[in-house]
Amino acid sequence: MVTPPVQQTSPTFVGMPAFPEAAQRELANTQQRQNLHRATHTIRAKRAAVVGEVADWEAIRVAGAAAKDEALHHLGDYLEQLEQSLTARGATVHWARDAAEANRIVVDVARAKGVDEVVKVKSMATQEIELNEALEAAGIHAWETDLAELIVQLFGDLPSHILVPAIHRNRTEIRDVFLREMGNVGRPAPADLTDEPARLAEAARLHLREKFLRARVAVSGANFAIADTGTLVVVESEGNGRMCLTLPETLISVVGIEKVLPTWDDLGPMLQLLPRSSTGERMNPYTTMWTGVHEGDGPQEVHVVLLDNGRSHVLADSVGRQALRCIRCSACLNVCPVYERTGGHAYGSVYPGPIGAVLNPQLRGTTSEVDASLPYASSLCGACFDACPVRINIPELLVELRGTVAEQGGHRAESAAMKAAAWVLSDPRRLAVAQRGATTAGKLIGKRTITRVPGLGAWTDARNVPTPPKETFRQWWARERDTSGGEAGPRGRADGIPKPGDGTDAGGEA
Amino acid sequence: MGAREEILARVRSATADVTTESRLDATSRRSEGRVPAGRRNPSEETVELFAENVADYEATVVRVPADAVAEAIVEQLRSLGRRSVVTPSGLDAGWVDALRGEFEVVAETDATSAQALDVIDAVVTAAAVGIATTGTIVLDHAPDQGRRALTLVPDTHVCVIREDQIEHDVPESVTRLHAEAAHARPLTWISGPSATSDIELQRVEGVHGPRTLVVVIAGA
Ligand code: SF4
Repeated sequence: MVTPPVQQTSPTFVGMPAFPEAAQRELANTQQRQNLHRATHTIRAKRAAVVGEVADWEAIRVAGAAAKDEALHHLGDYLEQLEQSLTARGATVHWARDAAEANRIVVDVARAKGVDEVVKVKSMATQEIELNEALEAAGIHAWETDLAELIVQLFGDLPSHILVPAIHRNRTEIRDVFLREMGNVGRPAPADLTDEPARLAEAARLHLREKFLRARVAVSGANFAIADTGTLVVVESEGNGRMCLTLPETLISVVGIEKVLPTWDDLGPMLQLLPRSSTGERMNPYTTMWTGVHEGDGPQEVHVVLLDNGRSHVLADSVGRQALRCIRCSACLNVCPVYERTGGHAYGSVYPGPIGAVLNPQLRGTTSEVDASLPYASSLCGACFDACPVRINIPELLVELRGTVAEQGGHRAESAAMKAAAWVLSDPRRLAVAQRGATTAGKLIGKRTITRVPGLGAWTDARNVPTPPKETFRQWWARERDTSGGEAGPRGRADGIPKPGDGTDAGGEA
Repeated sequence: MGAREEILARVRSATADVTTESRLDATSRRSEGRVPAGRRNPSEETVELFAENVADYEATVVRVPADAVAEAIVEQLRSLGRRSVVTPSGLDAGWVDALRGEFEVVAETDATSAQALDVIDAVVTAAAVGIATTGTIVLDHAPDQGRRALTLVPDTHVCVIREDQIEHDVPESVTRLHAEAAHARPLTWISGPSATSDIELQRVEGVHGPRTLVVVIAGA
């Protein structure tokens, strides 16, 4: 049996430093840490409240995991069924082995329509393949229509420079950029625009509406693809998804092959699990379901691109394949003590947080610095597993991957070092001390700038801050260890991640 | 080998260790065409819960007897100061007549472009299913709800739902939709007006969808 190929690291993330050094860099950014702290804790509380309302939550988790497992274990059959259902309903199905192939398909369809722009609903799959860059290269402008993405684009942070701040923009900055830039790319912002969030949202509404009304081609992802009916599902908040999925003549959806659900009824558990876990709502504002072409309603040309790009490689690992159950809710990010302090970018991928620490090395292999270090980006505290709506045992998978990295021998120093870090982080008392320190530091900084709700949005945090590689993990570790004796106590706590030797109440274990 | 064959071959070899039987044949179409058991009216608690949860999203909720629906629609649109309203082709004729008295009424068939819809203040529709535990309205865009753009472009949506369309929870709603072969039509699940928290974590109601949502629950 030939193992299916891994995913090629996309251009943006080639040469990313290993997690610990990227993380260290992020930790120095106190503002971001404050934002993340506030965001993750807000969403965590909301999630806990709405999950608490559901009496049989655990049973629904089990049902959700079972539905995904059924699809994954028999993925060949369900993909064929999905293709059949879609085709029967008038959709055109394409298959893409990797990012380049998927991009080529989308560019070709857009070109055939003769357009020089497309509107986009934010989607992880299209970020993963860096579709916007491919479209730009073909002379087709991709308008992101999610409010946060619009802000990023207006700041000139074009998608080709993914690692650029968005979360740091406060309301005044957003007003200024709206006033300055909107007129250059479409309908200008009203001259009397204030920095009230409601007024800013209104300005975005008017600006984007012009684009929605004239767009002829839209690109989306899908949260679920139902094999027995051929229905695609997009879950969203703002309504930009509905606009993109409804108004243009042509719709192209890029769908990872792991998005398949066997039957319509599997939506029962999924639509309970996803919104509550993601944004902490009983239900998200809007969900759109479409089944191929609907005569007289919505796009009359519907394309679906089924994307592999390393997923079959993950599937080949009988234990690791459970990671493909992920529905990208980001609950694991919001409960993760490591993510809260480092932010998403340190993970070197569009998939951050605990699931990113698993999925990236699974998809891309463990040969690069960052991918080999990611399995250590965890305290193994288990909070992610408890939060995960489809019961992915992230700690178990991290341990497995650590074994793989250790076996390949190239990162022994890292693994020894991170064992010590894991030891500090895994003791709740030591971690509590560190967390108290971080919280106090955060409070002192005050709340000045913008942050965004993770949940459906946390996935984009990975592009928040540029992090030029400076030193290897070995250098970082050696330096930190050398200085840990004297000053590491207070500084270590303010940074949030305790240094080895910072175990104030440490016993004798090492 | 083409991409399709290659991906399918990869996936099949990746799952070669799986020994369980696929439930593909057993379960496919398990609920389609099945008449949902007992189309009974929901309990008063379920209707109350639905009303509460819809209101929780900052939508306006009114409960009226079936014969007072037209009046309620007119009253809501009047108090919101709306002037023009688009009506789906299959909307209750009595409601449309009531609207004609006071508003500029545009038929769905006369507002064929998104641009035309963009200058209309409001839309009035029926609904397919309501979900109490989540405060959700599901539109299946049957003739009394109109094509999707109708409930997307105008800024105010008045949605009328009958009590007997309200299900208690998500799974029974999903099953009901399938039983009615709703996937033959597009579906829109609406839980409150559109919202964003992208600016300083502050929730703003209404970005691209209708910013004002009025739900009229019609009793017997
Ligand atoms: S792994 Fe994380 S993002 Fe994925 S479903 Fe589980 S909690 Fe959600």
